[in-house]
Amino acid sequence: MPSLPPIRPEDEAVAEKVRLHGAFDAPAELPHDPARTEYLLRLGDDALILGQRLSEWCGHAPSVEVDLSLANLSLDLIGQATLFLGEAGDADQLAFKRDVLDFRNCWLVEQPNGDFARTMVRHLLFSTWQHLLYQRLSASTDPAIAGIAAKGAKEIAYHRELAAEWVVRLGDGTEESRARTLDGLGWCWRFVPELFEVDEQLADAIARGIAADPREIEPEWRSSIGAVLGEATLEVPADTRPILGGRRGHHSEHLGHLLAIMQYLPRTYPDANW
Amino acid sequence: MYTTELGKQPNVKPIGPAEDPALLEAFEARVAADEFIEPKDWMPEAYRRTLVRQISQHAHSEIVGMLPEGNWITRAPSLRRKQILLAKVQDEAGHGLYLYCAAETLGTSREEMIEALHSGKAKYSTIFNYPTLTWADIAAIGWLVDGAAIMNQVPLQRTSYGPYARAMVRVCKEESFHQRQGYEAMTELANGTAAQKRMAQDAFNRWWWPSLMMFGPPDENSPNTAQSMRWRIKRDTNDELRQKFVDITVPQAEYLGLTVPDSALKWNDDKGGYDFGEVDWDEFYAVVRGEGPVARERMTARREAWEQGAWVREAAAAHEAKRRKRAAA
Ligand SMILES: [Fe+2]
Ligand SMILES: [Fe+2]
Repeated sequence: MPSLPPIRPEDEAVAEKVRLHGAFDAPAELPHDPARTEYLLRLGDDALILGQRLSEWCGHAPSVEVDLSLANLSLDLIGQATLFLGEAGDADQLAFKRDVLDFRNCWLVEQPNGDFARTMVRHLLFSTWQHLLYQRLSASTDPAIAGIAAKGAKEIAYHRELAAEWVVRLGDGTEESRARTLDGLGWCWRFVPELFEVDEQLADAIARGIAADPREIEPEWRSSIGAVLGEATLEVPADTRPILGGRRGHHSEHLGHLLAIMQYLPRTYPDANW
Repeated sequence: MYTTELGKQPNVKPIGPAEDPALLEAFEARVAADEFIEPKDWMPEAYRRTLVRQISQHAHSEIVGMLPEGNWITRAPSLRRKQILLAKVQDEAGHGLYLYCAAETLGTSREEMIEALHSGKAKYSTIFNYPTLTWADIAAIGWLVDGAAIMNQVPLQRTSYGPYARAMVRVCKEESFHQRQGYEAMTELANGTAAQKRMAQDAFNRWWWPSLMMFGPPDENSPNTAQSMRWRIKRDTNDELRQKFVDITVPQAEYLGLTVPDSALKWNDDKGGYDFGEVDWDEFYAVVRGEGPVARERMTARREAWEQGAWVREAAAAHEAKRRKRAAA
């Protein structure tokens, strides 16, 4: 195999420029502060992917009232995603022109909606976590993150309440709704440990006060979820072996399909504005 | 229109002996004086029936109308467009709710109305039986369909039935945003790449005529218009509204550089409006009968959502009953 010429510094500069302007499939560019950018992507991608999932319900929910609520949740999340991703770079470029390996969301949010019970269980688990996290983040040393989180915490408080009410209704409703809720819990519970995972990137951001330490909110998360499940007459599932990887771009099979749909227009017409 | 009387037959039966002429006269006088009729007030049966049909049809149109646009929420091309579209479709769900509530004040339950929709007995606007093929269709719907809806709904803010009029006031506040976002999205496309321009013109071609059909059959074929106008359920005729829509929309299309797909379109100085070609009324009546290109898809989607949601609604009711029982114990 012929050896490749060495990379000249001027080529590197050109490559850098292209990447910053959002070349397709370039790894997410990490300007200045990689740990901060990484953290913003995690927060933004969680919100974006869950918002996208919830929007799939539009027009198909069990009642008009539920349709309205789900659209509301989705709107809040996509709004938060826009702000977090906007801090990390060009929000649209990041949302529509990265591929699976560069997405930093957790496995829980990319799970298919399943039935309404699974959607609500997923939302309870996630929004309880997100609410506790955002509350802490509103004291982040990073003013942008603190601001977005403080505003978001108010929205997420409602998400949590709504999801908790539904999980109680469904768990304590009929035989069928109870079975479906248990099923949803079984589906989602595998992805709980990832919410509290701290890897090197996150440890760095925590050390600098940019990020909140998810391990510190775990006890409160568990007691809060336990209380809701108790009211729903359901037992807290046993913990299983953690499924990890989302934070490093290693996702379930579902994310690729979600992205194929979400990114189709900007991918098909790369030079268009909308 | 969302509310157009779609039947060709006169639906107002002669007033039976059961209806007291003195009450009827007082009612007619109140309506003629532009007073609002409220749920508890006496009203002729035919007025009640016409309103239930019109308001529930309007509500169904809002709800079914979520589907063609919902088809693009997951594929909206930017975060901003996604948020705008979500907010708009969410508004439409809200409109459906206000309207179901207004119709319920006339003594018909929401379940009955939904049942009538799913069985095909109740109608909804013909416009939602056309597919949304490209992103430009979303722009075209906002601009044209919401534009036509506004034209119909603004006068309904003064309709004689109080709850309906008040629902329309809330609805109209939101509609102008719907139309603006559509026109803005269309502007972006019409000034965009060749592919976007093509999408824009193609969507305009497909949505223009169905939009004109939204105003309902021509006046000479609309036997109930006179009665509805006398009762102030309706305030303008179908043809008047259609003309107004054409006159306002053609310059908007020209501004975007789009061609109106009507070779007969011509400015008429004498009438101070456009002359335009004949709407294909055979197509219109076929779509009213449920033969629109995606009518089956729309109804299937609504029925499935309702049927698949049954266990959720039952669970909520069961939990509520248990909660009450526990509270009473
Ligand atoms: Fe509407
Ligand atoms: Fe609208």
